Amino acid sequence: MKTDSLFRFILFLSGALLLVLLGAVFLTLFFSSIPSIKSFGFLFVFGKDWNPISKEFGALPFLIGTFLTSTAALLFSLPFSLAISILLGEYLSNPFFSAVFKSVIELLAGIPSVIYGFWGLFVLVPVVRWLELKIHVLPYGVGIFTASLVLSIMIIPYSAFLAIEILKLVPPEIKEAAYSLGATRYEVVKKVALPYSYSGIFGGILLAYGRALGETMAVTMVIGNSDFLPKSLFSPGNTIASVIANEFTEAAGRLHLSSLIELGLILFVLTAVTNILGDLIVKKMSFQES
Amino acid sequence: MESPILEIKNLSASFSGSLILKNITLSFPRNKLTAIMGPSGCGKTTLVRCINRMHELVPSATVSGSVLLNGEDIYHLNPIQVRRKIGMVFQRPNPFPTMSIYDNVIAGYKLTGIKLSKQEKDRIVEESLRKAALWDEVKDCLHQKGTFLSGGQQQRLCIARALEMDPEVLLLDEPTSAIDPRAIQKIEELIVELKKTVTIIIVTHNIAQAARVSDYAVFLYLGELVEFDQTEKLFTVPKDKRTEEYLSGKFG
Repeated sequence: MKTDSLFRFILFLSGALLLVLLGAVFLTLFFSSIPSIKSFGFLFVFGKDWNPISKEFGALPFLIGTFLTSTAALLFSLPFSLAISILLGEYLSNPFFSAVFKSVIELLAGIPSVIYGFWGLFVLVPVVRWLELKIHVLPYGVGIFTASLVLSIMIIPYSAFLAIEILKLVPPEIKEAAYSLGATRYEVVKKVALPYSYSGIFGGILLAYGRALGETMAVTMVIGNSDFLPKSLFSPGNTIASVIANEFTEAAGRLHLSSLIELGLILFVLTAVTNILGDLIVKKMSFQES
Repeated sequence: MESPILEIKNLSASFSGSLILKNITLSFPRNKLTAIMGPSGCGKTTLVRCINRMHELVPSATVSGSVLLNGEDIYHLNPIQVRRKIGMVFQRPNPFPTMSIYDNVIAGYKLTGIKLSKQEKDRIVEESLRKAALWDEVKDCLHQKGTFLSGGQQQRLCIARALEMDPEVLLLDEPTSAIDPRAIQKIEELIVELKKTVTIIIVTHNIAQAARVSDYAVFLYLGELVEFDQTEKLFTVPKDKRTEEYLSGKFG
C-alpha cells in the first residue's frame, strides 16, 4: 500500500514538473524580453532595421526570413511527401516494402541537423551558386533559397510520415466501392482517398510547418546570416532561430540580448500555435473516422 | 435451362498459399436471383469477388479456372470493364462520404471521368434512385451528403450507385448483415423487384433470407461447391447430407 501511494506520488510529480517546465520556459522568455518590449512595443514586429550599434532592433527581416524559408521548404517537400505516402498506401501495400520505407524515413529523420547543414554547405551551395549565375542574380550560394532546400529535405521524413498516417485513415470500404465501380488506382487516389484526407493533410502541413519554423542549425549554416530585409528568394537572410543562434553569444548590451529573447518568445508562440492547430485538425479527422 | 449469363469453370482461388475455393463449376441463370449460402469462412465472399476481379486488390491472391460472362472470359478483359458490367454492393453501406447523394449515384461516371450532360445526369440519378426505391425519400435533399441517411437508406443508395452503369450482373455481398432489421424487408423487396432487369447473386449467411428471395441456391462448404439447385428443391429435398445438416441448423 505504501509503495503504491509513493509510486503514484512520483508519477504525479513528474507530470506536474512537465507543466511547470513549460510555464517556466514561457515566463523566463517573457520576463527577459521586457526591456525590449518596453523600448519598442508592437513596433518590434514591424521594425525593418536590426542594428546592434545604433541599438535599433526590429524583427521584420527575421519574421520574413522565417516565413519565406519555411513556406518554400514546405512547398518543395509537399509533392514528395504526398507521392511517398500514396506509393506506400496504394501501390506498395506489401508489408515488406512499407517496413523498409519506414526504416528509411526514420533513419533520415535521425540524421543530426548539423550534418544536413554540412551537406548543404559543401554540396548544395555550389549548385545554387551555379544556378544563380545562370539566371543572373548575385551568386551568393548561401541564402534563403538554399536554406529552404536543406529544410525541405529535413522535413520530408516528418511530413511523409504524417501523410502516410493520414492516408491510412481512409476507410478501405470506400476505396473498394470506387474500385468496384471500375475506377483505376489513380482515380481512387485522386477522387476518393485525397478528398477524404484534405483536412488531415492540411493539419499535417501545419505540423510540418511548425517543425520547419524552429529548425536552427542547418539553416544557420546555409542562410547567409544577413540582418537586412531579404530582397528576393536568393538573398542571404536570417530566420528567427538562426539570428538567435548566431548573435546570442556576442550580444552587445542588455537591449540586444533582450531583443533576441523577444524573438525567441515570438518563435515559441508561433510554433506552439501552429502545432496546436495542426494537432487539432489531425485529431478531429482521426476522431471522425473511429 | 436457357443460356446462363455467367459460367464459372474449375475456379480455384488461394490467398497467401492457402486454398479458399476448390475447383468450383457453376452457372448462373439469366435474370434470376441466386443465393450463395454457407458457414463463415466457406469462401462465399471470395467466390463473388472472383466474379468481378475484386480479389485482385489483395496482392497475394491467385486464381485459376475461368469465369465467362455471356461466353467471354472476364480474365481476358480489362478488370475495369469487368467491374462496370458486374456491379457490387458490400456488407457495410459505403457511400462516398465526401460526395452528395446525387454525386454518389453517378460516382461511377465521375470517378472514371466520363462526361455527361446535365439532363443525362439528372435522368440517370432519378432512374437509378427509383430503381433502388429511394427516390421519394431523397428527392428533396439530393445535394446533401449521403452519410446523413439511415443505414438502410445508405445501402439502397449503394445499390443505386451499383445500378447506374447498367450492369448485367449485380453482386450483393451480405447486403443486409449490417442493417437494422426493419430496413431489411425493404431491401429484400427491392432486390426481388430488380431481378427483372439484372441478374442478381446474393451472398448470405441468413438461410431464411435465401429462402425468401432466391430462385436458385448454392451451398458452399470449406471452399467446395456442395450443392446447387432451384431454391425450392434445395430447401425441401437436399441431395447432400451436409446441405441438409446446414439447413437444419446443425452447423454454421
